[in-house]
Amino acid sequence: MPPVRYWQENGKDENQAGGDGGKAPQQKEPKTKKRKQEEAKGGGKKFISGKPDPFPGPAPIPQDRLDKFKRKETIKKRRKQHYKLKDMISRSEETSQMAQKQAARFDILLPEDAGFLEGEEEEDTCTISQEDIADAVDITSGAKYFNLKLSQFGPYRVDYSKTGRHLLLGGRRGHVACVDWQSKQLMCEINVMESVNDVKWLHTETMYAVAQKKWLYIYDSNGIELHCIRKFNDVLRMQFLPYHFLLATASATGFLQYLDVSVGKEVAAICTKTGRLDVMCQNPRNAIIHLGHSNGTVTLWSPNQREALVKMLCHRGGVRSVTVDKSGTYMLTSGMDKKLKVYDIRTFKPLNSYFLPAGASCLSLSQRGLLSAATGDIVQVYRDVWSTPVTKPYMAHRVRGTAWGLQFCPFEDVLGVGHGDGFTSMLVPGAGEPNFDGLDANPYRSVKQRQEWEVKALLEKIQPELITLNPNELGQVDNATFTQRHQDRVTALGFDPLAKEKFVPRFKKKGRSSTGSIEKRKKKVAHEDLRDVIRETVEDKMKVAKERKEKDLKTGVSSGTKSALDRFKK
Amino acid sequence: MKVKVLSRNPDDYVRETKLDIQRVPRNYDPTLHPFEVNREYCRALNATKLERVFAKPFLASLDGHRDGVNCMAKHTRSLSTLLSGACDGEVRVWDLTKRECVRTLQAHEGFVRGMVVRFCGTSFFTAGDDKTIKQWKMEAPGYGEEEEPINTILGKTVFTGLDHHQKDNVLATCGQQVDIWDEQRSSPIRSFTWGVDSFSSVRFNPVETELLASCASDRSIVLYDMRESAPLKKVIMTMRSNTLCWNPMEAYYFTCANEDYNLYTYDMRYLRQPVTVHMDHVSAVLDVDYSPTGKDFVSASFDKTIRIFPKDAGHSKEVYHTKRMQHVICVKWSSDSKYVLSGSDEMNIRLWKANAAEKLGMLAPRERAAVNYSQKLKEKFQHHPQIRRIAHHRHLPKNIYHETKELRTMKEARRRKERNVRKHSKPGSVPVVSEKEKHVVTVLK
Repeated sequence: MPPVRYWQENGKDENQAGGDGGKAPQQKEPKTKKRKQEEAKGGGKKFISGKPDPFPGPAPIPQDRLDKFKRKETIKKRRKQHYKLKDMISRSEETSQMAQKQAARFDILLPEDAGFLEGEEEEDTCTISQEDIADAVDITSGAKYFNLKLSQFGPYRVDYSKTGRHLLLGGRRGHVACVDWQSKQLMCEINVMESVNDVKWLHTETMYAVAQKKWLYIYDSNGIELHCIRKFNDVLRMQFLPYHFLLATASATGFLQYLDVSVGKEVAAICTKTGRLDVMCQNPRNAIIHLGHSNGTVTLWSPNQREALVKMLCHRGGVRSVTVDKSGTYMLTSGMDKKLKVYDIRTFKPLNSYFLPAGASCLSLSQRGLLSAATGDIVQVYRDVWSTPVTKPYMAHRVRGTAWGLQFCPFEDVLGVGHGDGFTSMLVPGAGEPNFDGLDANPYRSVKQRQEWEVKALLEKIQPELITLNPNELGQVDNATFTQRHQDRVTALGFDPLAKEKFVPRFKKKGRSSTGSIEKRKKKVAHEDLRDVIRETVEDKMKVAKERKEKDLKTGVSSGTKSALDRFKK
Repeated sequence: MKVKVLSRNPDDYVRETKLDIQRVPRNYDPTLHPFEVNREYCRALNATKLERVFAKPFLASLDGHRDGVNCMAKHTRSLSTLLSGACDGEVRVWDLTKRECVRTLQAHEGFVRGMVVRFCGTSFFTAGDDKTIKQWKMEAPGYGEEEEPINTILGKTVFTGLDHHQKDNVLATCGQQVDIWDEQRSSPIRSFTWGVDSFSSVRFNPVETELLASCASDRSIVLYDMRESAPLKKVIMTMRSNTLCWNPMEAYYFTCANEDYNLYTYDMRYLRQPVTVHMDHVSAVLDVDYSPTGKDFVSASFDKTIRIFPKDAGHSKEVYHTKRMQHVICVKWSSDSKYVLSGSDEMNIRLWKANAAEKLGMLAPRERAAVNYSQKLKEKFQHHPQIRRIAHHRHLPKNIYHETKELRTMKEARRRKERNVRKHSKPGSVPVVSEKEKHVVTVLK
């Protein structure tokens, strides 16, 4: 607010006086008012000291916070709505608004803030080395920057568990290790004596899947082989859909297969007919699998459909890597044409395109939207890729060998890089979501809590049939057309309830059932419904015309004047 | 260089000692909780399935009567007391918490036709086939004392029903006419007749206490005002009504149990057509009783089932049956709205839960919250076909299942015929009669 001017003072006093004058009659109102209304009014209350409340009413909530928790638009009120429905809608709207407000208020109380990295003036943040950052931060955070020198069995694929506590490393030459990486405790380490294509945690840190040379294997956290799944062969890439308990695998033979890990059944096997599948990612919002192909297309798949839901031509030359952000809005792809492209997958339109001199072999997005791209042995991290055109990386780091697998650790400012010479854990300030939800993924959960969570999660396992492009479809009104509903009914009943019986003319003797007379009789009943409709409409029209004529006559008589144009009237 | 890296103190996120409960920090950010709708749907589906799993309404069978149970009465003051009268004139008083008979008395010779507890709860009245009305003390006689009624009224004709005024010392009986009695006198204060008929039941209005309604054998329901000398009005239906019950909350509505397998809810002020026709029974409906909330009522039928209807729904939401239960003659909804009691032909009284899947006893706060949450979810997703199918499924005995099917076919055939008649007659000569209008013959004043 601008400072008050001398000429405004008088006016303000007047206003205040007016305000007081206005309040006086308000106080005279009967005291039977509800508490709620009084709260809403707010400012009327005064303290014993006589001073007015400096912050009347409930604390305001910033609009952007409210928008964060907005689930849907308010329903437009129709004029002719049933009063019960109207009431129901208004009530539900009220409760949802209250929930939104409460969530927004609660958001202010969240304990942790996100990390950040700011350079001095004239200093690029990308020039700051990992050692400097590790020195600058506290010891526990500094210890999160480390290198594992594993030159024998590399290059390594990396996977963090959903809570971010556990790290799974899979070396190309058969070395598989799982580590509680924060305490640096080794949980198990095995050599499967076969080439390893990919590793993935299943829903908890007690089980993981390893795609080996021929088959898919499941191990537990002690390194004991639980299953060898022979239905899944030559798997190159895997994705785990945590809410569906599905392990999606892409194989060298071009098959996309889904394994339900809770019951151990193959849910779907889709032959994509697009050759070797080694680029894969999932959309965390709707559990759609994105596959990148050597002809530059990216295809979207659900287990319910044999064909791709969407095919997008993204690059000239093959697609090297695909990733989708947490909110399911943006897709980032990199290709052999050395480009990095940003797509909006609500509209399937490109937003931005960047040229990277060496091209990115691996992409990974963090929870807060930082993008890491590996070009050879350099890992670059970008910020705000989709909103503004980026010229410089946010951070950069050179690892010892060619980067093979990248993943941001959930709920931590850490990027795990698996490369030819082992594993590097990088510090990337501002990458992780600072406040986790204890009922969803709790990094500090105890064994009991994990078991409890597992039971709950299994109980609300989403069936694979519900995987669609729009995950909120289930909550919307299904406006099936009449024909569609009719078709459903026909299939359910096994016959058509609305079908009319075909008219079969009765046989008559004495030559009255000749072909000609049969046709004549048939004609009598043909299009009976249509005839009825026509008859009715004609009658209605006549009626209206008659009424109008009478009305005209009346008005003509009453006015008594004849217009020159009346002769054109019918 | 300014840098901050996420660094959480584990002490803020784990419990201090083993005696504490675990800390669960929450973050309601929608992006951290994907598939909200789908997960809620799964929960709703599970809740619906569990409801069907836990739907075990039958609680207990009270046996002891040596003949079919003909009438029951709720105690007006005590939740755990139930009175029942049998076809051999025996009256039993039951303790429902212990599920045992606490008192037996031979009240009449022949049927006990009607029974009602006085509003004060200290005595009760029985009416029997031996043309008497007897008043009994609620307390059992002391040791060595004879079981004797306080008061006996000798009537001229057989009584078929009995009800007591809500506040005054006034009784109403029905038989060949509807009589209003003073408790102290041996002759009725007032008698109502309207045409030659006999009455099967009479009920006082619980709110407008001077009003009465009765079901007559000439297919009519008659309304009376006790203060007037003549009846108010009557509605004649196509079939006879057996009993009726007033809605205790909206006391201008009453529901009658009809011989034509249906129940009809009427608005007292507008008898031209019923407010709702409740169908589902496949045999004559013998008794009906409202829940004290006035939202549901229970009906007993000759088809060996009892059904629970929402007051404004055309079809039942619940059906109870067991293999051993025969024709159900009387039914009562307990005053705490939690239980339903049914008395049937084969000498037993059965205790049912009013809400089949409800857990009995105290609920822990978290349990209560979980129940409320799943209830809301079920409500939210009730129209999804899968959930709807599971929630609506009820197992029926084979004969009832087939009977229902047969009735439906018959109804459809009748409808088709009517449609054809309408089609081939002069337009307007065969009007469309709605299901509600169909069953009312006339209203007389």
